[in-house]
Amino acid sequence: MTRKQRRMNFVMLGLATLGTAAALVLTALEDKIVFFYSPTDLVTKTTIPKNQQFRVGGLVKEGTWKKPENGLTHNFTVTDLRHDIAISYKGIIPDIFREGQGVVVLGKVQANGIFRADEVLAKHDEKYMPPEVAAALKKSGKWEGGKARAE
Amino acid sequence: MIQKYANPARFNRLAATLLPWFAWPAAILIFAGLYFALFNSPPDYQQGESVRIMYVHVPSAWMALFVYTCMAISCAVGLIWKHPLAHIAAQAAAPIGACFTFVCLMTGSLWGKPIWGTWWVWDARLTSVLILFFLYLGFLALQNAFDDPARGERSAAILALVGLINVPIIHYSVVWWNTLHQPASVIKMAGPAIHSSMLLPLFLMAIGFKLYFLTLLLLRMKALMMARRARGMSMAQLHHQAAE
Repeated sequence: MTRKQRRMNFVMLGLATLGTAAALVLTALEDKIVFFYSPTDLVTKTTIPKNQQFRVGGLVKEGTWKKPENGLTHNFTVTDLRHDIAISYKGIIPDIFREGQGVVVLGKVQANGIFRADEVLAKHDEKYMPPEVAAALKKSGKWEGGKARAE
Repeated sequence: MIQKYANPARFNRLAATLLPWFAWPAAILIFAGLYFALFNSPPDYQQGESVRIMYVHVPSAWMALFVYTCMAISCAVGLIWKHPLAHIAAQAAAPIGACFTFVCLMTGSLWGKPIWGTWWVWDARLTSVLILFFLYLGFLALQNAFDDPARGERSAAILALVGLINVPIIHYSVVWWNTLHQPASVIKMAGPAIHSSMLLPLFLMAIGFKLYFLTLLLLRMKALMMARRARGMSMAQLHHQAAE
């Protein structure tokens, strides 16, 4: 074996070892790395620290949110289409917040079962299109984003 | 074949031939891309005019990953085959990659505030890109941390290879974990989820950025080789004086 080959094997072996180690660590830490839990996770996972603040993400359920006439208190439901959770939030919401929109809220579950949020972030999806195209898609019934998904 | 261009004079001739072919198209593509991005592309149905940030943000993010991958491959070539230009190429690429990463982080933050409602969150995508930025800085720092440049090169090359593991993590972070950052729009199995009128400025910018990187890379490699020669010459002079 030439020295070049030996160096090559060393680099390859090192990368393979590191890759395996990284994969194992990241798999083990999965619950810590996720940015938010889905409403279904709240029901099925026992590892969520419910006495601390945590994040819940999902879609704002159709027909559960109305722009408040006065004041800043928003009440709405976040759904992943299997389970729902009721949210109460006092503060300013992002501009693209609407029914059917993906959101991530930070807060705590209260004794009455309602999730009191301290922060509401909008989650943008990967679709980019001009307004006319979005309108045309909605008209022709081929709309897949936001609203259709939440129904 | 590759060994042929280890000769500095030959490399300089090749670089001089290639440079105008990279520099002019880069300038034209970036100006055309910016024109379409800022003046001649539609606003987004949801984001409105903020979508225009994407035309700088996404190509920068691609370049951040592309430059790092090139740098790591170059380091591996330097370690395994001891090719004299490999470490110089990596050294030349690192600050350029760091700048692209910085631009990516900054524009992402500027976009995040109006759309998400926050400048920064510690989700998997944002955090792993920040780590990429620190890897670039660490590479540069480590390279200059030794009196013997050859030792610095070797240590930094190993760091670059270790950090290569971060590249697939960044790409798949939005698939493997729940993140605030959206999944990929362009490089995905089902084809792009971006309307064609928005893909044009995006691709113009992406190709322009790539050529801009190649231009800077060649210029920096030339400069680094000259700096090395100057250092070698002054060392030789010192030796000469000491001998007298």
